[in-house]
This record gives sequence, C-alpha cells and structure tokens, in this order.
Amino acid sequence: MAKRAKKLARGVAVVGAGMSHFGAFREKDSRDLFVEAFQATLETVPRGIDPKDIEAIYVGNLSGDCFEGQAHIAPLMAEWVGLNPRPATRTEDACASSGVALREGIIAIASGLYDVVLVSGVEVMNKLTTAMVTDTLAAAADAIYEVPVGATFPSLYAQIATAHMAKYGTTEEQLMKIGIKNHANGALNHKAHFNISIRDIMSSRVAKAKERGQPIPSWTDEMEFLKDPIANPIVAWPMKLFDCSPITDGAACAILVAEEIAKNFTDTPIHIIGTGQASDAQALHGREDMTSLKAAKLAAEQAYEMAGVTPGDIQLAEVHDCFTIAEVLATEDLGFFKPGDGPRAAEEGRTARDGEKPVNTSGGLKAKGHPVGATGVGQVVEVWEQMSGHAGPRQIPGVNLALTHNVGASGSTVTVHIFERR
Amino acid sequence: MEGKEFTATSFYRFLDDKKLMGSQCKKCEALFLPPRPFCGQCLGDEMAWFQFSGRGRLVSYSVVRVGTTSYEEKGYSRDNPYCWGVVELDEGPRISALLLDADVARPDAITIGQPLEVVFPDKGEAEGERSPVTFRLR
Repeated sequence: MAKRAKKLARGVAVVGAGMSHFGAFREKDSRDLFVEAFQATLETVPRGIDPKDIEAIYVGNLSGDCFEGQAHIAPLMAEWVGLNPRPATRTEDACASSGVALREGIIAIASGLYDVVLVSGVEVMNKLTTAMVTDTLAAAADAIYEVPVGATFPSLYAQIATAHMAKYGTTEEQLMKIGIKNHANGALNHKAHFNISIRDIMSSRVAKAKERGQPIPSWTDEMEFLKDPIANPIVAWPMKLFDCSPITDGAACAILVAEEIAKNFTDTPIHIIGTGQASDAQALHGREDMTSLKAAKLAAEQAYEMAGVTPGDIQLAEVHDCFTIAEVLATEDLGFFKPGDGPRAAEEGRTARDGEKPVNTSGGLKAKGHPVGATGVGQVVEVWEQMSGHAGPRQIPGVNLALTHNVGASGSTVTVHIFERR
Repeated sequence: MEGKEFTATSFYRFLDDKKLMGSQCKKCEALFLPPRPFCGQCLGDEMAWFQFSGRGRLVSYSVVRVGTTSYEEKGYSRDNPYCWGVVELDEGPRISALLLDADVARPDAITIGQPLEVVFPDKGEAEGERSPVTFRLR
C-alpha cells in the first residue's frame, strides 16, 4: 500500500472554547459542571452562536460508570444543555478521552457530514475515596498483568521515571522544578484547581503552624519544602505528592466549525491544521522503550506532517503532565528537546512563560487540575484563550502556532493537535 | 501442556504449578510473555508453549506507599510499602512483577540492570485467586 500524505478533506476551525472551574466540588455532579462549561463556551464566541446550530456532540469521559455510577453520559450531557435530539457520542480512551473527542469532531466536520460540532469532556472524581479513585484509574492500565503486581498510576509513571533517571541521570530535584513552574502558571489561572504557587502553599503552612502554636517549619524556599518528606510525602517513589496531578472535577467544551463558515462566528478563528493519534501496548512491559512514549512520537509526527510545521515552529504547548516525569517525556517526544535533555531544559526555565518554549501556561494538569475525561479539551481552552488574547495575566504575546498533547493511561493512546491563528 | 489455550487463565494456572510460561510463534519464532494466541509480528496463529528460565534483569521499578485497595488489604501501607518493577527476561520479553527483597527504605539504592529470578510464593489462603508474578534479587 503506497503511503499517502494524510490530510483533512476540508478545513476545521475552533470558534469558541470554555471550561467550568476545575476543583473538588462535593456538591456538584457532572451535569452541573457540564452546563457551566457550556455556558462559558457560548460566551467566548465573538459573534455569538445559536446553540441550535450545533449538529452533533462528542463527550470524553473516562469512567462516569465508576466515579458517579453514571454510564451513557453523552446523551445526558446533551439533554442538560438543550442539545437533544442531536447525536451524542461518548469517547473513552482513558485520560485522552476528550483528545479523542476533539479528533472525532474534526473528522466528522472534515467528512462533510456536519458543519458545527461541540467537542467536550467531563469527569467528576471526588465522589469516591482516594483509594477507590486509585483503583478506578488503575483499570486503565492492563487489568490482568499490571494491576495484580500492585500497579497504580503514580507507580506506572514512577517506572518511567526510574528508567529515565538510570538512562539520562535525571534527578528528583529537576522534576520538582516542573511542579514549581506549573503551580506558578496555575496561580495566574482563576479557574485552576490549584490557583496558588508552591511558595504560597509553603507560606500558608508556616502561617498555620504559627497560628496553632506548632513548631515553625524551617523551609527557606520551595525546594526545601518539596524535599521535606512530611510536606511532600512519597506516593510511589520517586513520585511524591507534588509530582502528581490532583483528583479533579471539571468539564470543558470547544465549538468546531467548517473553515468556510468560520467567519460567521469570528474574524479570528483558530484553524486546526494538524491532528495525530496513535496507540501502543497497554502494559509498560510491552513497550519498546520505557523512556519515551512511542505513541506520542507517532501522533506528533502525523500532526507535524499534516500541518507542514516543525517542533521549532511551535510557540506554545499544553502537554499531558499527569506526573512531572510525563512533562519531561512530552517535551522530548514532541521534539522540543533531544531525548534526555527535557529535565535540564525545564530546570533552565526554557519551558517557563518567559522561556523560548512556554509549556503548560494554564498550570497544566498539575495545577490547573486533571478531571481525566475533560483534560484534552481543557487544553484546547488554554490554546483558545492564548491565541485570542484572553489569557489575562498569563498571556503570551503573539502566539500564532500552538500544540496540544493528550495521553491516555501510561501512553497506550496519545493525541496531538496543532492550531494556527492566521 | 499443548492442549491448553493461550489465555491468562492458563498463564496463572502454570504460575501456580511453578512455571513461567509464554508462547512462541511456530512460524516466525517470536516469543510472547504473557502468552498470546495470535502473533502480532507475522500474524501467524499457530503457537507453542514456551517455558522461560525465570532469570532476568531489572528495567524499572517503584516503591509504592499508596497502593491499590487489594494491596492495602494485604497489609501494605505508607509504613509498609511494596516494590514492583518491569523485568526483562534473559530470553528477551519483559513482564511486570512484584519484587521481593528490595530495600524499600532506600529506593535510590535499588539498581536498574540488577539480576533477578522468578519465585513462586506459597499461595496459602489466596487459593483460587490470581497471584502476582513475583521476582526477587539474585
């Protein structure tokens, strides 16, 4: 079979994107957060949109079944935002569920079937205890050959971390700096689960100790705080609490339209010029390499080729930092840095807001939060806000080319998308 | 042995009989651990059972302080962590395994590349359950 350059049969653009607040909301269910995200999204469309123009809805969701006892979530979300009887489809590929919803929406428009589609994701995780969340997420690994040996998600990414450390000399301190960077960004995002820097978390603990007359911790900076095993306990060595994304509730939506009608909604549509998706062995032991995600490299290759751009052209990226080591792999797999150079690049501030390659300006999964099924479209919300100049205090000026990278489980699904402002 | 289907059920029954069994494609000789009925390499569907030596080396590991519910029920906890890792067998394939004898108090002293061997702990009261693949340092 001859290799044919993959392209979309017609162009697709984003004309609006929004999210609910991300956080731990004991009094809210997925439908409530979905409505909040949908309303926020309608408000972002510069010329407005009549919801009746939306022809289909795709909803990413990992496990409403276990998290809320709610399966079949797509028609329900459509009902709550007044979109019945339009076709409503759930996509499930673990934490890449809504990255896949995004891609399915793109393909549906490119096929010519629809002109206007809502892509979205939702997850409510805080109804369960942490132990039950751990088990529910572990089901996205290999249930027969990984879970029985005690695999949890932090410990799966810890495997990747120990392999990366052995191969490249990556250190725990370098990984901590990624958490510090993402919290600094999250501090500027009022919808983030952790709208606070690690330094401010540290200061508030000191203040609390003073108030209660307890011994005052002696931390002088964030690194000392993060190296304190009481403040930052080991979850699955070498992953500590502040290496892990939180258990988050939230929803996110984006409106996709056929390029030829985009001007009806805005003068500055964000064109989706590259889409890629790949799969790999579910279990880590089935992979060729433990220090890279092959599916990420392949998805990125497809997206770059379709877009006709190179990693060096990308001005901003939202990547899947479910754990700090995952951001390292992302920046290497996407070709921003050579294999093994990711930790040093982060340490040198090259991925900070004022660096050459800003990564996770939203706060990333670490600080913005990780409502698993909503994460992929949540990344699109940041790209939309940055490219349309509405990112407020975390605005990066003049972003014309951005990328999102969304990983399912430990890397058996990856989607990569490239966005352009013309 | 030849009559058994190449399923997880067979794999775990062999483990109970103290055998680490995978499958080998009769056409291209590719080895699979755990066993598979269908060759992902050459798409051949004729497999034979293959017994692994049980000797290998450590590829990656983690010391888990917040475990799965089933491990917490076995008595593991923040103060009594367990270690699991990915093992590369001498014959090539890799498998995830619970690791015994690892110094969980000093995880940074555990060395990638260190030699390991399979062990078959007595199941005791867990008869009927699928017991985890288990290795120890050698």
